[in-house]
Amino acid sequence: MKRMTRKATRHLSQNEGLIFEKSSAGKAAWKLPPLDVPEVDTARLLGTAERKELANLPEVSEIEIIRHFTRLSTWNYAIDLGMYPLGSCTMKYNPRVNEVVTRLEGLANGHPYQPERISQGALRVMKLLSECLIEITGMDAITLQPAAGAHGELTGLLLVRAYLQSKGNPRKKILIPDSAHGTNPATAATVGYAVENLKSNSAGMVDVAALASQMNEDIAALMLTNPNTLGVFEQEIHKIADILHGQGGLVYMDGANMNALVGKARPGDFGVDLLHLNLHKTFSTPHGGGGPGSGPVAVRQALEPFLPKPVLVAKADGTLGFDYDRPQSIGRVRAFYGNFGMFTRALAYILANGPDGLRQTTEDAVLNANYIRKGLEGAYDLPYKTPSMHEVVFSDRLQAEKGVRTMDIAKRLIDYGFHPYTTAFPLIVPGALMIEPTESEPKEELDLFIEAMRSIAAEVEEDPKTVVDAPHSTRVSRLDEVTAARKPVLRWKP
Amino acid sequence: MRYLPKSPADRAAMLKSIGLGSIDDLFAPIPPEYRVTGDLDVPRQMAEFEIVDWFRQRSRENGDDYTSFLGAGAYYHYRPVIIDSLISRGEFLTAYTPYQAEVSQGTLQSIFEFQTMISELTGMDVANASMYDGSTASTEAVLMAVRLAGRRAVAVARSVHPEYREVLSTYAHHQGMPIREVGFEENGRVNLQELETSIIPQTACVLVQSPNFFGTIEDVAAIAEIAHKHNVLLVVAIAEAVSLGIVEPPRQADIVAMEAQSFGVPLGFGGPYCGVIATREQNVRQMPGRLAGQTVDRRGKRGFVLTLATREQHIRRERATSNICTNQALIALMANIFMTIYGKVGLQELAKQNLAKAAYAAEQFGKHAKVLFGRAPRFNEFAVETKEDAQVINGRLLGHKIVGGLPLRKFFPELGNAALWCCTEMTTRSAIDTAVGMLAESEADEPAAEAEEVVR
Repeated sequence: MKRMTRKATRHLSQNEGLIFEKSSAGKAAWKLPPLDVPEVDTARLLGTAERKELANLPEVSEIEIIRHFTRLSTWNYAIDLGMYPLGSCTMKYNPRVNEVVTRLEGLANGHPYQPERISQGALRVMKLLSECLIEITGMDAITLQPAAGAHGELTGLLLVRAYLQSKGNPRKKILIPDSAHGTNPATAATVGYAVENLKSNSAGMVDVAALASQMNEDIAALMLTNPNTLGVFEQEIHKIADILHGQGGLVYMDGANMNALVGKARPGDFGVDLLHLNLHKTFSTPHGGGGPGSGPVAVRQALEPFLPKPVLVAKADGTLGFDYDRPQSIGRVRAFYGNFGMFTRALAYILANGPDGLRQTTEDAVLNANYIRKGLEGAYDLPYKTPSMHEVVFSDRLQAEKGVRTMDIAKRLIDYGFHPYTTAFPLIVPGALMIEPTESEPKEELDLFIEAMRSIAAEVEEDPKTVVDAPHSTRVSRLDEVTAARKPVLRWKP
Repeated sequence: MRYLPKSPADRAAMLKSIGLGSIDDLFAPIPPEYRVTGDLDVPRQMAEFEIVDWFRQRSRENGDDYTSFLGAGAYYHYRPVIIDSLISRGEFLTAYTPYQAEVSQGTLQSIFEFQTMISELTGMDVANASMYDGSTASTEAVLMAVRLAGRRAVAVARSVHPEYREVLSTYAHHQGMPIREVGFEENGRVNLQELETSIIPQTACVLVQSPNFFGTIEDVAAIAEIAHKHNVLLVVAIAEAVSLGIVEPPRQADIVAMEAQSFGVPLGFGGPYCGVIATREQNVRQMPGRLAGQTVDRRGKRGFVLTLATREQHIRRERATSNICTNQALIALMANIFMTIYGKVGLQELAKQNLAKAAYAAEQFGKHAKVLFGRAPRFNEFAVETKEDAQVINGRLLGHKIVGGLPLRKFFPELGNAALWCCTEMTTRSAIDTAVGMLAESEADEPAAEAEEVVR
């Protein structure tokens, strides 16, 4: 490694095998109290339903488990270690007070079917969070039931369908810009809609003229991410909404990028009919290595009768409860009421911020993205010059001339002590480098990132092989994904 | 704002370097008429101890000192403390989906171990990294069976969790998937004759749950025989994962859809939980959700990656096996640690305690009221039919800080006053005796006031 980074220094990490490889009969990490009821004859109670062969789970002691998972953990990169600039993922700080309040006895151990009389605390959390999210989005009503962003999309399109059906025709198609996240078309298909692609214009925005010519009464809705996946605000959003509404269609907003808008602009004010939020992005609940998420869907009043049931209501006596008598509801999308543990975390985040903190958060997120954009201009190709909001998308066009692609640059960034940005997305930018710093980065971290990226750009000129072979400093080098897919090994075997 | 790492001087310097005069210039792309100029109407910024205090009050309003006999898809088991110690490590808590394998080996290896243990427990060949919960896992398993079979009709046992069935019907409604429900017999098990007649040429799969919603263990072998005789796939849902320590897994199933909440995941008022799908090897390419697989790096060293991504939405878009993206990784890690702690023998012993407590409780309740579905084996839940409305009995129990069984009338009107009771290793004999005593008093037509005096 010719160039050194100021961000990170190599240090030892512990080796660790699979937990099964440490197992031996007779070791245990558990202890049960003596039974206070009579022992039972399992064979008599269960008969042929008794398990004949025990599952081959590991037998290990507590210290081994602590070491095993602690060692594994040290092989991960994390927000807690440094900047995690994955575009459209909003990898922001996950406040620890969120974790503390979620583990309070009554909330952590509340059973979903316990009587409403002793569930008022949980219901008040849901009520206040709902009110805050409705205010933040400028919508009229909300469901907290969806378990993640894609699940919110599914709920949203079911609402679109139910609403249009109530008007007489559910229609056939969903318009989706070519810059959209893959969940959008996948969701449309799940709800039984055909997908029609919508081209972006040279500024990276929806081509309004093309939209006008494509719009017809077969189209149920437009699924629009705003700011879009280029980090560009759809400036003609009012025209877009008018075109949809003019022919009875709806505007569905993918709220993945709400971190650019909270406290600064409200989708309900600019013509959006419904949107999902990602509490695990905008509202600081931890990503946890791939979930849990939470994907509330906020809607205009006209869509409210169709929300999943049950719906949270205030009763005449002032207490809160669930209303199951919702004849027009799309039904349930999940058992119980959603990922409640994410509601407590998101609400704690909102309370810690208040209106001024939420606004400043958004301002800092946009400031950070633009600071990076300025810092990397010239070193990397910027395919769309349109102003950036919370994220910026470069391309590898300059580096590709040396045979270095976005994934190579991303892997090299690991050697510099950073997690890679999002690679090769959005699809409308060949060789995309999609960078979202979030508000959580101090200026020093941003400067180190810019320095690292510029250094890699220089390496591409001087020594492209070092970049193409990266990472050089990790426990494992680039892994053979082709073999992994061709001959899948999906579990350990003795 | 204490989460924001910038001084006013930093912001000024950064703006200057960008060449902008003010923060407002950054928001120029948003048409002025859509910009929010004032404060949002949300509560003011609070100090940390104010936040903790606010939630403490909510916790107290949420029955934080009650003993509960509720199960029905959400189970109160002990959570060993090291689960939270380990999942609180920032490297697990604050990492993203492990797409960049070289800096995600910790998450990837733990998923691989999770997949292995779930496969072992369910008797299947492979398991995925997780789904949202048991209800959506069951639904996605049925959709998977529909793809595998190339047919669209589904037969569903009414003894499957009612909310799982509701979720399935929400998804199925717009996919042209007719659903036939199959009733249960006197013993609480799915009616096999009705099951067989409900299978039509268009049927793709049968969905049952075992232990079912009433806690009764289904005769999976007999169900599988009927399904497979008609060339129909069998999907088995499992809501109470601890049962797998002692109950024979549904090895004859084609797909198993599981809720792993019992494995160290807090009740948390219904979520987040941990769904998971397991299946036979030949079905894996129709499986939804993420999969971790073993491979080697350029030096031949063992490592793990997310694999078979061509099933997924970020590659396949509208032709993906599912729209699922974010799932429940951190919750799967909880379950993973739980399974590792109890291990081969511990899980069996844990399950045995559940079985014993429920058997004792059912016997005690049976002295005063009718315990339903007695002629088939059950795990840790049982239905008790009383003369008095279960809601009324529960109202009285609540006065003594006991949450009684789940009244079943809402889901199964034909079961009248019956309620579904659950006992786990956390249920004490004295709590059982107290509940039985109070129920017995009312069943003997004693006045409620006297019944209350009997206790304590």
